[in-house]
Amino acid sequence: MQTPSTETPRLAVKGIRKAYPAVVANDAVSLSVMPGEIHAVLGENGAGKSTLMKLIYGVTHPDAGEIRWEGKLVTIKNPAQAREMGIGMVFQHFSLFETLTVVQNVALALPGKFDLVALAKRIEEVSERYGLPVDPRRLVHALSVGERQRVEIVRCLLSDPRLLILDEPTSVLTPQAVRKLFETLRKLAAEGRSILYISHKLDEIQELCHTATVLRGGKVIGTCKPAEETPATMARMMIGEDLPVCQHGDDSTHGEVRLKLEGLSRVAEDPFGTDLKDINLEVRSGEIVGIAGVSGNGQQELLLAISGEEPGASKRGVQICGVPAGRMHSGRRRGLGMCFVPEDRLGRGAVPRLTLTENTLLTAHRHGMLNHGLIRFKTARRFAEACITRFDVKCGGSESEAKSLSGGNLQKFIVGREIMQNPKVLVLAQPTWGVDVGAASFIRRTLVELRNQGTAILVISEELEELFEIADRIVVIAKGKLSPIKATSQTGVEEIGIWMSGLWPGAEARKKDSHVA
Amino acid sequence: MWLKFEARTEPSLLMRYLSPVLAVFLMLICGLVLFSVLGKNPMEGFKVFFLNPVKDTYGMAELLLKATPLMLCAVGLSVGFRANIWNIGAEGQLLIGALAGGWVALHFEHSTSPLLLPAMILAGALGGMLWAAIPAFLRTRFNANEILTSLMLVYIAQLVVSWLVHGPWKDPDGFNFPQTKQFQVHAMLPLLKAGTRLNAAFLVGIGGLVVGWVFMNRSFLGYQMKVAGQAENASRYAGFSAKRTVWFGMLAGGCMAGIAGLAEVAGPIGQLTEHISPGYGFAAMIVAFLGRLNPIGIFFSSLLMALLYLGGEQAQQYLNLPSSISNVFQGMLLFFLLGSDVFVYFRPRFARRNK
Repeated sequence: MQTPSTETPRLAVKGIRKAYPAVVANDAVSLSVMPGEIHAVLGENGAGKSTLMKLIYGVTHPDAGEIRWEGKLVTIKNPAQAREMGIGMVFQHFSLFETLTVVQNVALALPGKFDLVALAKRIEEVSERYGLPVDPRRLVHALSVGERQRVEIVRCLLSDPRLLILDEPTSVLTPQAVRKLFETLRKLAAEGRSILYISHKLDEIQELCHTATVLRGGKVIGTCKPAEETPATMARMMIGEDLPVCQHGDDSTHGEVRLKLEGLSRVAEDPFGTDLKDINLEVRSGEIVGIAGVSGNGQQELLLAISGEEPGASKRGVQICGVPAGRMHSGRRRGLGMCFVPEDRLGRGAVPRLTLTENTLLTAHRHGMLNHGLIRFKTARRFAEACITRFDVKCGGSESEAKSLSGGNLQKFIVGREIMQNPKVLVLAQPTWGVDVGAASFIRRTLVELRNQGTAILVISEELEELFEIADRIVVIAKGKLSPIKATSQTGVEEIGIWMSGLWPGAEARKKDSHVA
Repeated sequence: MWLKFEARTEPSLLMRYLSPVLAVFLMLICGLVLFSVLGKNPMEGFKVFFLNPVKDTYGMAELLLKATPLMLCAVGLSVGFRANIWNIGAEGQLLIGALAGGWVALHFEHSTSPLLLPAMILAGALGGMLWAAIPAFLRTRFNANEILTSLMLVYIAQLVVSWLVHGPWKDPDGFNFPQTKQFQVHAMLPLLKAGTRLNAAFLVGIGGLVVGWVFMNRSFLGYQMKVAGQAENASRYAGFSAKRTVWFGMLAGGCMAGIAGLAEVAGPIGQLTEHISPGYGFAAMIVAFLGRLNPIGIFFSSLLMALLYLGGEQAQQYLNLPSSISNVFQGMLLFFLLGSDVFVYFRPRFARRNK
């Protein structure tokens, strides 16, 4: 490890440009990272963050501009060369084999022959040194998301990188796990390693990072010291305008129970899935209930059970507007007035190769789009066009294929399609996932509006801030069980964070082998 | 230099429609080579095989006659294929349809009712659907693969037909030939043009294509089946019944194949025999894919396939080639179609050999 020097930046990028056929992803982007510096790259989805990281990690190549590594001009041909130079990257989506052990996974990523016993020892050393507890002999599928991320980081650290790139590392962690990660990152920085930290979470950047480069539309808008800014000023840099505040209505007038889960239990079909255990929940007309939790704790299974994509054995397990619907498939549940936004957009919420008009029919066909079994394309097209306008879906029009839309825009379309059906019950999974900040704020405001009109809304989200912003009551799912429910105003991030580890009052005795870290 | 295939970011629409043309072209080239390897003049072979069959009105009528069962079977199969329901057993459904319709004809031997023919068509459709219902039931109830079950049922159907015409249904005055009595005149489909064998079944075939087109492009059930074929999760999310998709996909194929079978026995054949179909049910799968599972495309591809059947007969007569020459051409066509379809999803690229 070389000593931190103040003169030469570890990495200096100058005038980088990268154009794709449809879009200029990076235009005249410059930034420099000093040794020992934690540098944030801040921007909305599509601002060009990922492209920039791919250029630095050698996944793609710039059209123009230069990259200097410790003062020397370099061309980074591929990730292998980047690793050799001392650049490590932890991706947002993990690349681990679930059926192998930790040490086997790490060995796969290292060049040359390996000695598993010695490697296991090195993993233990590194994980101890940086406070990243990982048992190298455990199988990956038994690890929590937080533990898997530690494996990824340890794997990177084994090659002794001088620059570590982390892409949205906290999106899957509990607040407590985030704090632990930050300690590790600070330790790494103190050793003189540089860290590029990609995120759109302003409070985290403020807490952790020394400097921030803000990207918007592929260009650098500015560089700032997060400690001297407020989240609001950084948000303005990121979006270019002020965000309207979400107006929460009066929360005293809740109507009748619209969605009721009663003793809902389910054994997961997937061997690595989570079983649901005795879930009880009521969502009333005119309220938003939020379900928080670290991903992989039964959210997917719960959603399938509520939506009817996997109907259950018990009729009373799911009740919609008083009708026992536990055994109905999703079509009949929709008939009862429920709408649903799944977390997967392409292939579930929308059919990739069908047009937006055709995708409207998928769930909204009950709204006058059929005539004796034949499709009224005009009505469907009008619905699609209205949805595109109202939710500002950027696309080539109602006849463009769903797969031609960016993830965020397709999400807006799906959310819009469900909301425009005026549901009695609306269930959403990750409603603003991958949507840019402006659109996310619009979706949240629309949800609150819908709530004020009397819809019962259930939101399952991994973004705690989002839930605290819109939910009237909040409940935590961990290991397939629900915690007690609390009014949002009577709890806080701290308590919910602890509950996300499965440790709420009255929960079963603490287990050593916790699935959530 | 090495030929590499790169995945296209989007399937090529152009290649989707060009691929059948390319396949036909390659089939022709290879056919000519085949003729010359067999010691025939390739140009002569081409003429006998592809031009002679359609040089007069009678030939054209024969072409449409042969295309009729093919287009019927293909359009029915396409309904299922679009939803990933792989009904391989149209041949068996065709035979059982012929049996059921034939039974009506034989049972009402002396009827002069104008309802006799419609009743036969209905019976043919029901027979085909019954045979298709077996794999549909096995698939929805026991999750048995319909590719295997529907194919195996073809052989059962063939043996059932064989048993009936050798046994209980054999014509007592038929000199012991394995065939039933000739159908009476009211049980025969009317001819469309005197002096040819082309009959009203062709109009039924065209009607089938139109109904198929409306179903696939305008009906909600057709839409549901398209969704089921393209994105199973989306279909589940929307709450479309997967079982209904299987049932409908199988029954549509069975219904059309059954009508095709009836059209053969109540048309050119005029009785039940052991040789009702020269493999129309199997050839129809090639027709369906060559026509891109689209009724308009199927119209043209069924004509081409009919030409291969006729050409094969001509080649037997005038070139002294065995009857299996038709199958060779069918096989080449399917082979080249599958090969050309690679270009829909992949782009060929010549690249230097890397280490």
